[in-house]
Amino acid sequence: MTQAPQHGLWKVSVSPHVRSNESVEKIMWTVVACLVPPLVLSVFIFGIQTLIITAVSVISCVAMEAISQKLLGRRVTIKDGSAVITGMLLAFVIPPGVPYLLPVLGAVMAIYIGKHLLGGIGYNIFNPALLARAFLLATFPVAMTSSWLSPLKLQDSSIFHYMGTTIDAVSTATPLAVLKAKGMAAVIETFGAAPNIYTDFFLGWRPGCIGETSGLLIILGGLYLIYRGYITWHIPVSVLATIALLTWAFGGDTTFSGDPLLAILSGGALLGAFFMATDYVSSPTNKISKLVYGIGIGALTVLIRLKGGYPEGVCYAILLMNPVSSVLDNWFKPIRFAPPLPPQGGGK
Amino acid sequence: MTSLLTFPKGGVHPPESKKLTADLAIEVMPVPDELEIILGQHIGAPCTPTLEKQAEVREGDMIGEVKKGLGVPLHAPVAGKIKSFGMSAHPMRVSAPSMTILTDKEAAPRTYTKIEWSHLDSKQLLAKVHGAGIVGIGGAGFPSHVKLSPPPSNPIDTLILNGAECEPYITADHRQMLERSADIVEGAKIILKILSIKNCFIGIENNKPDAIAAMTEAAENGSTSEFAIKVQPLQVKYPQGSEKQLIQSITGRKVPGFALPSAVGVVVHNVSTTAAIYDAVALEKPLYEKVMTISGKGIKRQANLRVKVGTKISDIVDYLGGVTPELAKIVMGGPMMGFAVSSLDIPVTKTTSSVLFLAADEIDTTPHSQCIRCGWCLEACPMGLEPKEIAIHVEAGRPQDTKQFGVFECFECGCCAYVCPAKRPLVQFIRLAKMKATN
Repeated sequence: MTQAPQHGLWKVSVSPHVRSNESVEKIMWTVVACLVPPLVLSVFIFGIQTLIITAVSVISCVAMEAISQKLLGRRVTIKDGSAVITGMLLAFVIPPGVPYLLPVLGAVMAIYIGKHLLGGIGYNIFNPALLARAFLLATFPVAMTSSWLSPLKLQDSSIFHYMGTTIDAVSTATPLAVLKAKGMAAVIETFGAAPNIYTDFFLGWRPGCIGETSGLLIILGGLYLIYRGYITWHIPVSVLATIALLTWAFGGDTTFSGDPLLAILSGGALLGAFFMATDYVSSPTNKISKLVYGIGIGALTVLIRLKGGYPEGVCYAILLMNPVSSVLDNWFKPIRFAPPLPPQGGGK
Repeated sequence: MTSLLTFPKGGVHPPESKKLTADLAIEVMPVPDELEIILGQHIGAPCTPTLEKQAEVREGDMIGEVKKGLGVPLHAPVAGKIKSFGMSAHPMRVSAPSMTILTDKEAAPRTYTKIEWSHLDSKQLLAKVHGAGIVGIGGAGFPSHVKLSPPPSNPIDTLILNGAECEPYITADHRQMLERSADIVEGAKIILKILSIKNCFIGIENNKPDAIAAMTEAAENGSTSEFAIKVQPLQVKYPQGSEKQLIQSITGRKVPGFALPSAVGVVVHNVSTTAAIYDAVALEKPLYEKVMTISGKGIKRQANLRVKVGTKISDIVDYLGGVTPELAKIVMGGPMMGFAVSSLDIPVTKTTSSVLFLAADEIDTTPHSQCIRCGWCLEACPMGLEPKEIAIHVEAGRPQDTKQFGVFECFECGCCAYVCPAKRPLVQFIRLAKMKATN
């Protein structure tokens, strides 16, 4: 007779017995890898400060994840990389010159309140990093809106800049803040005219939050995630297209005279479209819902930018659309293969 | 060669793992000392034994019949003596009533000679199919004569032979198509005559070019003015062999939920079932043997075997030299839809198409975590359902609410659970929903 193996029993479970080699960990760490190039570039643009803030943010988030899970009696899952992403994204959406306390407080807000008190991974209604940014913006309005650093000019830069020895926290303003306060002419005066302004902004040489300045690297990271099948094009494309279209229509002195390219390259539009709005848990799952969701984010962003009190609106636009996700998924159901025919005796 | 067809929505590409057995010709396994024949071999009513204990039987004699309800008779796979009636281990029902036949080792195997069937009419052919105990041997085991007598309200215009064999590992249909191509085509003609129609498509996935070539040649030789038989190559995509997906791929028609293929004028039979129908009509041989794939790294030797119904898995293991130390899971059927079994005492039935002995590195045992709402299951589902919602509602203790997500349209192909990055047992949740939502 055949004997059972000495080292263990045979396994039994419900089918399927084979699984794809994708996993939550693999997805999360791939996203982390896609966020590394913008981080490295931020060190070149703003100095070593950005790396320190990001490190503080990541470490706080991972620690908060472990503490929250222990406190709530849940399985500690810091190895899955999701807290690392939250930490990086949180650092990416705060100005490079803020005190180190801010990312620590942000981590508490993002992970303990935003993620675990709302149900933990899979159940948090809001994007935790953006919730933390909104919290910081409300509690530290001055630091969060004035700690901008001027990009270091490449030709001036020496290794000492990056070691932080010669950094003066030059107070400056972001392009959107200048645009809001003084208009397009002032933007051109401060940051240069087209096409240089586009190139500078595309490469990242502008004031802004730590990880949002380089359009090029964010787009590359986003495209890689699309190529891997981890995100789909629907949300980024609909967000950016809506921002571009509405800015072009209403963002200028007269109708249809706004600058759509500048709108996409400034603020957090690209980072938001590729990395924030596509957060699995807080975004819809269905393709049509994704398009509607993206259009909503784009429209709210432009509304806040043009009519609201803040120069930038991506963060609030996404937070406002987050809870609508499940509503959209309820409205736009996947197309069934072929639903049952109306009952005729046999069918039910 | 015509262009490759497939179904448009959902599906996955699991590793095929067919190389282990694709080139191994079907070998006849020696008859074991005794056979345990489960009385309920298929969907529908179980058989009632027609003979007493100790009765002598010859190979092919009827040993059980269905008194009332949906079913087909059962035949003795070997010559011998009925030893006892009892219970046997069963992959789905834990245990099931069965009879044990003691093999007469001296008896010569029964031989069958080909007869001319073209003069028989539809009714007579159908009676032979029923009398030979033919059921769909691709999986579900639906009695074939029922499929072949569709209600008059649904006129049939197309026969599809299912040679997709989309489950990984399994190569039994592949070998049958190579080794019995002419028989399968003749079986198709019998079915076409029963249905009084002309057109037949043989759907084969493109990963079996040799089977496509062999069947194309046989189909060309077999086609006449009366019967038009054509091979249709299909894209390799699981679950291509699912009846509804196969019909959509080849005809573009969609079978509505809970309806049978006859609702869109189509009848589908597996190629191996078609070979069995040929046996039943042209050889008058009942169905009591099964071509099976025995594969996986957990067994010493992989093989495509022709075994008697009632052979226990342990007999097969002994014949193939035993299991390897790496064996971690035994699955009856394919790795996507098959049943994991906990006993080697389970006997082969008419619907068993494979037994897989999977090593630890061939299966996934990662514990599952919470749903992260990536939506991959929605993309993978060929039926356009929302597996994640069904699972979340079951977890929340609300299985009765899953009907709105079409849980009863799910045929448990496993695509959702295959792609799930959180390794959630979505099919298990769906089965739970089906069990509880009906009550």
